[in-house]
Amino acid sequence: MKAGVQTQLDVTLAPAALRGASLTRALHAEWTKLRTVSGPAWLLLGVATLTIAVSVAAIGANHCPLNLTCPVDTTKLSLTGVQLGQAVVAILAVLMVSNEYSTGMIRATLAAMPNRPVVFAAKAILLVGLVLIAGAVGVFGSVLAGHLILPSHGFTAARGFHPVWLSYGPTVRAAGGSVLYLALVALMSFGVAVIVRDSAVAVGAALALLYVFPIALAFVGNVHWQHRLERWTPTIAGLTIQDTTGLKSLAITPWAGLCVLALWAGAAIVAGAVVFRFRDA
Amino acid sequence: MTTPAISVPRPDAGFGDGPGHGGFGGLLRAEWTKFRSVRGWVIGMIVAALLTIFLGVFVAANASVGCQINGGPPKSGKACLPYVPHGPGGEVVTDSFYFVHQPLTGNGSITVRVAGLTGKRADLSGGPVPAGNGGLVPGLVAWAKAGIMIKQSTHQGSAYAAMMVTGGHGVRMQYNFTGDIAGMPGAVSAAHPRWLRLTRAGDTITGYDSADGTHWAQVGKIGLSGLPATVQVGMFATSPNYVVSQNSFGGSSNNIGPSQATGVFDHVRLTGGASGDTWTGTAVGGGGPAGAPPPGIGGGGPSGGPGPGGQGQAPYTRAGGTFTVTGSGDIAPVTPGPGGGLPTVTIEQTLVGAFVGLIAIVVVAAMFFTSEYRRGLIRTTLAATPRRGAVLAAKALVIAAVAFVTGLIAAVISIAVGVPKLENQGQVLLTAPVLTEVRVIVGTAAMVALVAVVAVCLGAILRRSAIAITAAVLLVVMPFLLTVLNVVPASVGDWLLRLTPAAGLAIEQSIPRYSQVSTVISPIQGSYPLTPYAGFGVLCLWAAGAVALALVMLRRRDA
Repeated sequence: MKAGVQTQLDVTLAPAALRGASLTRALHAEWTKLRTVSGPAWLLLGVATLTIAVSVAAIGANHCPLNLTCPVDTTKLSLTGVQLGQAVVAILAVLMVSNEYSTGMIRATLAAMPNRPVVFAAKAILLVGLVLIAGAVGVFGSVLAGHLILPSHGFTAARGFHPVWLSYGPTVRAAGGSVLYLALVALMSFGVAVIVRDSAVAVGAALALLYVFPIALAFVGNVHWQHRLERWTPTIAGLTIQDTTGLKSLAITPWAGLCVLALWAGAAIVAGAVVFRFRDA
Repeated sequence: MTTPAISVPRPDAGFGDGPGHGGFGGLLRAEWTKFRSVRGWVIGMIVAALLTIFLGVFVAANASVGCQINGGPPKSGKACLPYVPHGPGGEVVTDSFYFVHQPLTGNGSITVRVAGLTGKRADLSGGPVPAGNGGLVPGLVAWAKAGIMIKQSTHQGSAYAAMMVTGGHGVRMQYNFTGDIAGMPGAVSAAHPRWLRLTRAGDTITGYDSADGTHWAQVGKIGLSGLPATVQVGMFATSPNYVVSQNSFGGSSNNIGPSQATGVFDHVRLTGGASGDTWTGTAVGGGGPAGAPPPGIGGGGPSGGPGPGGQGQAPYTRAGGTFTVTGSGDIAPVTPGPGGGLPTVTIEQTLVGAFVGLIAIVVVAAMFFTSEYRRGLIRTTLAATPRRGAVLAAKALVIAAVAFVTGLIAAVISIAVGVPKLENQGQVLLTAPVLTEVRVIVGTAAMVALVAVVAVCLGAILRRSAIAITAAVLLVVMPFLLTVLNVVPASVGDWLLRLTPAAGLAIEQSIPRYSQVSTVISPIQGSYPLTPYAGFGVLCLWAAGAVALALVMLRRRDA
């Protein structure tokens, strides 16, 4: 990692004064930092493959025998892998920040580019772009798996199941929304990581945000609290974007649910940006 | 909580010999000093305990589902609670059956021939239970029971011993709700009758079975301490709820309907101090033929009146020496899950917070190793103690001990504060004996400690705290989450809870599974596929595997 950065410093130090193209340059710098180490590439590969692997496992485990009616949301089932893929997204987002702090490279970065909002924006934009690509691959692979496997497991069009494919509107919304969901999870984790800086604490906090609320929901019997959890927590509300059946019984509509996650991500990003701007590196 | 500064005790400071010379004890002290001198880690452990307690108590205080009894106004809290009998052992029991009985004073015996056992159950193939009494179709549930019983009194929950034929489990001798001994296998019919006998001699009840009334085999001999001189003896029939579970992606549904069993008895013979040929029919706990109120709920007082007589069927008829007895309900301990028809909560539901606490503890445990790599301290550590296995063992022991104490404190407070709140949730709190409660609390602490060991080893293997933490958290949380969210079907979920580290959660199960009660596996409600210690053993194996792998990696790699 250090070797790649050292050469980069020479390139970025001189033109830092040219303010006009600073975001482009910051993006280029961040991109160089990312692509010259192997970690991010492996994690992006992990996002795609783990998402697909868990989706395929969940699809493979569900059957609809001929004599039963199956109240299964086949699209949501096909997108199960997002539940695990989001954890890898969180690691990627956290490491993108904390690696710079743990090696002290953040000081070099900020010396080269003193315009902190630009550095912050460049990191966030790059992260979102990469997660959108890896997430799209993972989500598309999951949809493809559902499309290929589910009919042979009894979920056929003849029995009233919509095909899990991009020709069906709600599936497009669920699949596209899942990619956006992963990007928002990345932003939320990124904000947390900037605030916390330490990779271990940041990843713990990010995982807690992702997984604690669904577990709490499983145990809370009080309907008022169930309703609140379903409407206002990042993962439960956000993942309603995957629902294509029983929309009327949802506590929040799919797009509104994704907006709730966007609010969480936005809050984390704003807090992170403010802290990043005014805190000593 | 930024990069923690780690202070290493100098070999000549504090404790004489120092880690290099003081053997394993010194090494332990060195690691303990490293741990306690990083303020962030100590705070992390306190945060873990606080999060555990907060979430556990929050869930306990909001577990109520509310209820509506017989179309009345919606209620919540204790107003929802039906009368719940407790067995002689103190456990919550179902005690509903139809009993044709007479008093027996002193020693004596009862012998009968069971010539048939038939049943009816709700028709659940079309979905939920049809309203009213209609919809019963022929069908015998596996734990439908008909037989003979010696019972302290007709009060629900009183001591008893019984010999019975069952729908699918052959002849059984059962006593005091939790006891169950298998007798002759096979189903009963007119062509293959079963002869049953119970004898009382003091506090000892002996059960026998026979296929022909001549050749008898002893099934069991049990002691019922404190039986009064006069007990009730007679014939009974009962049949537990018929449950159809359907777990499909994203949700599980349990269709529950009543069932009833009819036993045909003849060759009834009493010896000893029985009054003779005068029999009384009692629907204990409303256990007459399946009718409007579901058995177990709304059965009323400790001893119900005559059965409600669903479908106009008489609970008991007598033609000469042949008795036909029809009943519904169950004589069994109440177990968690939907099978009993009662909304139940268990004490371990106050320990849900352990999931959050676990994340904080895993963070600290992984950092306990990875921070050595980040600061290069590992080279100093290994220079001081070249035995790498000992270093790993010392680290694992220290973090396990700290996690254990944290988990113990959190579990004790969660249970102490949460359980009283659970009692007001309108669900039947399945209490556990004190020793079980101790096992649940200590087991939770030990589970947390083992996960910490897994995390510290993953830290040694992966060296990157973010990846180690995610791996440790996902190993425990992901299988549980996939199971409780019904993302995978129940059969797959059961295997996840058998094979993954999440199996260790079974140590929290406070109510045992009984072979004589059909249980639906439901981790949320406190029933796991493995027994508590087997599940804990699986987690132990994972921890041992993590230690072994970490040891190999530590020895092979340069620090």
